[in-house]
Amino acid sequence: MLQFLFRRVLLVIPTFIGVTFLAFIMIHLVPGDPIEVMAGEHGIDPVQLAALRHHYGLDLPLWLQFVHYEINVVTGGLGRSIVTHRTVWHEFVALFPATLELTFCAMLVSLCVGIPLGVIAAVKRGSAFDYGLMGLSVTGASMPIFWWGLMMILVFSVALGWTPVSGRISDMFYVKPWSGFMLIDSWFSDDKGAFLSAVSHLILPAIVLGTYPLAIVARMTRSAMLEVLGEDYIRTARAKGLASVRVVIVHALRNALIPVVTVVGLSVGSLLGGAILTETVFSWPGVGHWLVEAIQRRDYPVLQGGTLLIASLVIVVNLCVDMTYGMLNPRIRR
Amino acid sequence: MPLLQLSDLAVEFATARGRFRAVDGVDVSVDAGEILCIVGESGSGKSVAMLAAMGLIAWPGKVTAKELRFDGRDLLVLSPRQRRAVVGKDMAMVFQEPMSSLNPCYTVGWQIAEALRTHRAVPKPRVRDRVVELLEQVGIPAPAGRLGSFPHQLSGGMNQRVMIAMAISCNPRLLIADEPTTALDVTIQKQILELLIALQKSRGMGLVLITHDMGVVAETAHRVQVMYAGQIVEEQTTDALFAAPRHPYTEALLDALPERAAGRRRLPTIPGMVPGIDDRPRGCLFAPRCKYADALCQTEPPALAGPVGRRVRCHHPVAAGGASA
Repeated sequence: MLQFLFRRVLLVIPTFIGVTFLAFIMIHLVPGDPIEVMAGEHGIDPVQLAALRHHYGLDLPLWLQFVHYEINVVTGGLGRSIVTHRTVWHEFVALFPATLELTFCAMLVSLCVGIPLGVIAAVKRGSAFDYGLMGLSVTGASMPIFWWGLMMILVFSVALGWTPVSGRISDMFYVKPWSGFMLIDSWFSDDKGAFLSAVSHLILPAIVLGTYPLAIVARMTRSAMLEVLGEDYIRTARAKGLASVRVVIVHALRNALIPVVTVVGLSVGSLLGGAILTETVFSWPGVGHWLVEAIQRRDYPVLQGGTLLIASLVIVVNLCVDMTYGMLNPRIRR
Repeated sequence: MPLLQLSDLAVEFATARGRFRAVDGVDVSVDAGEILCIVGESGSGKSVAMLAAMGLIAWPGKVTAKELRFDGRDLLVLSPRQRRAVVGKDMAMVFQEPMSSLNPCYTVGWQIAEALRTHRAVPKPRVRDRVVELLEQVGIPAPAGRLGSFPHQLSGGMNQRVMIAMAISCNPRLLIADEPTTALDVTIQKQILELLIALQKSRGMGLVLITHDMGVVAETAHRVQVMYAGQIVEEQTTDALFAAPRHPYTEALLDALPERAAGRRRLPTIPGMVPGIDDRPRGCLFAPRCKYADALCQTEPPALAGPVGRRVRCHHPVAAGGASA
């Protein structure tokens, strides 16, 4: 296991270099630079522009800028935001819990709804429920998040008035940031309405962000279950005289979850990508929101640092998935 | 009273090209302490018939029977829950592929214990001891150390022993073994077969052995039923069957045994294939492959006739001398 971990960690190094390189190139392909954006429409004195560019090292050749950046990253510095002058790491750490909370809840929605739906569809294969669900899952998987988010806001926030439109909690409550997770902080706050407010703010974005993985998880669970239900050991379990529910949950689902876990792990990357859109639609003060603003301001250090941090997160999650896989599947444990 | 009594059992599967009868009017009866062999080639319906008796035919298969009794109880009128209380406890089954018949996600100890816990065969604190005892009975060395093994860590023969331990865990009155040795190599085959016979003797169980191996039949069975294309074509005691087969199919099967073909240059074979859904003959199902078939066989399906225990489904049963009457 340790050797396996070590090898996986070694593989991370080239991935990191690749990710920073891609982030670097893509940002510099976009016209304009942070100084021009700050100057705005009024323009800036060419001498001052050159001086500022020199100050931030923007006048150097691109490859040299990249090398400087890599050296900084390796020596532990992600740099400071050109706009706020705070370090990228501090900004990320302050905003990340909001994103994590949203992503986690979205994942929870997709698993808690997707797995049972997939199991029922597989057990009742060929039924109206099965066909209906599979049709819906195609719709769910192919809906653009920004459109879906706006539709949900239109229906549940605007028309029905059930949930707030944006933010993490109502302005009426002050919750002392302790863990950074609004659900936890508001639960322990003195104000009893705060938790409900936090939940009502979170529920819509979590559903919107969770829709895509939900559709994928439901489909994957169904097909994995169908395969497993035809296995010989399911017949053995029935031959023991076990109740059908026990056969399905204990004997079939445990085996069917192995491919599902892989898919879930791989979808964490797309979930974080979706979080950027969801946070923008719902004005959710998280990392995604922060990155979109950084793009508009051409805040190079924030963009590069943020991309790198999110990439490392995806890598860590994938590593965890590989280890969960080993836990679920005794055949690859050693 | 027979332990297991099936009469006029039929199993149908709905296919894209209409209904297919995998088992057609099969009668089986097994007494306590008896070994019955059901012989037939692949696709003859021998496994499906026994799966139906166990209640393991899943949708879209459809089971019908005039009579389906176990130990005098009518299984047809039992609710699924009552049926499950019998299956796995009083009648148990061992399957063909030991490697895939055990759940890869659970240890073998857990899987045997599950059978015990399901039917509450022993008090909870005794479960572990009982599992060790069972593994010992089926000849697994150092059984206590095997409890935590996963199926993929054991050999095929070991896994089949685990399957047998699981099947006998609740002291069944009837054990059905569906080609239990087919997937194993020859030396292990013999051991597993001997184990089954020993267990059957010591426990006085009824044993139904499904096989396509005439050698296995000769060594083990008290009685034999030969199945062809979903029907029983002949039933006899083992000695009588080997001495004087009455159905041309049985005769052809026996002729194809290498031991019986000594001195010939080529092993006799049965030409053709078992009829499928599209080419089911109008008359006798074996007629297209039968060397004795005549016009009557082509048009009129024969009935299973003769004294009970020695019935044959043929218009022209083979006479004792060998030639067809």
